[in-house]
Amino acid sequence: MRKKNQTTFEGSRVDPIIDKYNAEQGSLISILQDIQAEYRYLPREALEHVARRLNIPVVQAFGVATFFRAFTLEPRGRQLIHVCMGTACHVRGSQNVLEEVERKLEIKAGGTTPDGEYTLETVNCVGACALGPVVIRNEEYLSHMTPTKVSGLLKKV
Amino acid sequence: MRISSVKELDELRREIQDSRDPDRPRITVCGGTGCSATGCKGVAGMLRVGLKSRELEGRVDLSVTGCHGFCECGPIVIVYPQGIFYQRVTPEDVDEIITETIEHGKPVERLLYRDPVTGEKKIHETDIPFYQKQMRLTIGNNTAIDPASISDYLATGGYSALAKVLYGMAPEAVIEEIKRSGLRGRGGGGFPTGVKWESTRNAPGDIKYVICNADEGDPGAYMDRSILEGNPHSVLEGMIIGAYAIGSHEGYVYVRNEYPLAVANTATAIQQARELGLLGEDILGSGFSFDIRINRGGGAFVCGESTALMASLEGKPGEPRAKYIHTSEKGLWDMPSNLNNVETWANVPLIINRGSQWYSRIGTESSKGTKVFSLVGKINNTGLVEVPMGITLREIIFDIGGGIPGGRRLKAVQTGGPSGGCIPEALIDLPVDYERLAEVGSMMGSGGMIVMDENTCMVDIARYFTSFLQEESCGKCVPCREGLFRLGEILTDITQGRGRMEDLPIIEDLSEMLKDASLCGLGTTAANPVMSTLNYFRDEYVAHIRDGKCPAGVCRELIAFRIDREKCTGCGVCMKNCPSGAITGEKKQTHVLNTERCTKCGICYDSCRFDAVKKE
Ligand SMILES: Cc1cc2nc3c(=O)[nH]c(=O)nc-3n(C[C@H](O)[C@H](O)[C@H](O)COP(=O)(O)O)c2cc1C
Ligand code: FES
Repeated sequence: MRKKNQTTFEGSRVDPIIDKYNAEQGSLISILQDIQAEYRYLPREALEHVARRLNIPVVQAFGVATFFRAFTLEPRGRQLIHVCMGTACHVRGSQNVLEEVERKLEIKAGGTTPDGEYTLETVNCVGACALGPVVIRNEEYLSHMTPTKVSGLLKKV
Repeated sequence: MRISSVKELDELRREIQDSRDPDRPRITVCGGTGCSATGCKGVAGMLRVGLKSRELEGRVDLSVTGCHGFCECGPIVIVYPQGIFYQRVTPEDVDEIITETIEHGKPVERLLYRDPVTGEKKIHETDIPFYQKQMRLTIGNNTAIDPASISDYLATGGYSALAKVLYGMAPEAVIEEIKRSGLRGRGGGGFPTGVKWESTRNAPGDIKYVICNADEGDPGAYMDRSILEGNPHSVLEGMIIGAYAIGSHEGYVYVRNEYPLAVANTATAIQQARELGLLGEDILGSGFSFDIRINRGGGAFVCGESTALMASLEGKPGEPRAKYIHTSEKGLWDMPSNLNNVETWANVPLIINRGSQWYSRIGTESSKGTKVFSLVGKINNTGLVEVPMGITLREIIFDIGGGIPGGRRLKAVQTGGPSGGCIPEALIDLPVDYERLAEVGSMMGSGGMIVMDENTCMVDIARYFTSFLQEESCGKCVPCREGLFRLGEILTDITQGRGRMEDLPIIEDLSEMLKDASLCGLGTTAANPVMSTLNYFRDEYVAHIRDGKCPAGVCRELIAFRIDREKCTGCGVCMKNCPSGAITGEKKQTHVLNTERCTKCGICYDSCRFDAVKKE
């Protein structure tokens, strides 16, 4: 059974990405990043397809896809919530902010709500330390977050 | 248009400079990450609309620049030619700025920076204490340059160092000059840059690579991001000069994918440099060829390590390898490779332009030049600061940073990120210098400087860094993978009240083991945050273990909340906000906190306006 948000994979959608990088092995990470930008996750078929086109073992593609934090093999929600857990945000109480988001969404960091609306992830510093604790909703940076401010943030946009 | 000689470059520069009237009004809006997050886009948008509607479009320039450093006071707007510095500007302020300053040449009082000590209003950037003790050699031009405009960079003398090198210096002479300047790597290790270049130059092989490390994995640091976002050409120019000295024709910028603006601005800069013939074949008609590509990282801290970074450039998981083969001999694709940090590269054109003698006069005996720090945490003036080496931590924290908020006491300052250590308040007269910082158990690192006050728990900080590193350890070598795991378990036990005094010597043993037996720098330095806190703040560890108390009031298992009957007004805010229904009480009556149900999230503590919620 397909989960919500899971898209059907078509090789033709990723071929232009692979071609843009001349199917070079050294560009594997860039290729996967662009594919993830398109699908919001890395479908298994896409990884197999990339491995075939780059002439590398499928395990290398999976190895890279699971090594780096930026990649996910699970479909993500329509909205992405990132809570910064970098040092500057940590000393200003980001742990409490994260826990409050987890409570409100009833998921743990790394999870997606069952309705496919939100995915919650943590990130280690986004370079906006002056504004910490920082939460990023989709592309929007929210500054000086506190647990009390969290409920406002989760209203539908 | 391609430039094919120094003469043409100088002509173009003169043309650009002549076309610019220094008296013409210009507004710059800081577009750094900090100001973006506080809404600079809206301000820039309103300015554009405002100038248009008053038909000032052609007569006033507007540019969005890189980070100005004073993120605490963003969004920042500066109006030239007067150089009036406005802080915390909102779109609603725009009309007044145009009317008062552009049309009547007068400052808008309420948007000026107010000195918190004297209460005096400051008009210019240079009058503000935050900027006064700084020496902004690499980030200073951020305020003057639109990062998307190569003309702006050329107008400030950009690419003249490259011309000087290509037409007047042998590669060996360039290396000699960099060596004499005393420049050391800004990425953490502090290795002498000229020496590194020389070994890559001397390594056998025709194909050599030059790489810029913009992975900036240190959580709580954004110096490299701001340089690359704000002044990408300065980094490119440094790299081209380095490539010429080393004999390389291919370069890479490895940049974090979390920094989309840095990626975009660098890509634009590369394209512009190519179009002008400053990058690519036959640069400036000198016969020297070099080109640069961008690779985006995948968000792994360990990929900032040189060999892991190179593995990742090859499309492999970023696992480091043992160091007995130097990357200067066998690096990327097994070819001699030279890796330097963003800030290191950005220093190169400065040294070439002004000379090694000038450069080596700045700083201390062993640490030359300036260093950019991201001054964050419990500090009044959060932001990016660039200071001459040798300045004391006290000057940075108190004179530039404006001290600790809320009148609280400084407890420690953490430098060097997860590889560094916590320096206690007693040592803050220490000068900033590679050796001095290492002597006290920390390190220069890439420039994160996290200020901690009495409400920061040092055991929690040790646990925080350990769990960060545990997650980021690539798992290839056992000491790091298992050692950090055990260390993490013990520290978690201590912060949760299950610590034993016998754990302390085990922590020390594990730390020694990590240092001696790990494969790469991640593991060998991983115990620094733990060892430095245990060394300087042992009493806090003991308080957790023996008395079951967290003196800073951070470790949740060791604290309790209660409501002060005297102070509670029964306003009901805490009751409404409590996510676990642990607070009860009638309106206007003292509320009661049920400790059984309390999860110690601290929401009541944060939301009470009457200081009635107590943490102990
Ligand atoms: C775990 C680990 C992470 C590192 N992360 C970075 C980084 O994010 N940026 C950086 O410039 N150097 C980083 N370094 C240091 C690099 O390995 C390397 O020494 C440096 O980029 C060399 O440039 P430099 O001589 O100009 O400092 C890291 C080292 C280790 C061991
Ligand atoms: S630590 Fe959160 S933005 Fe830097």
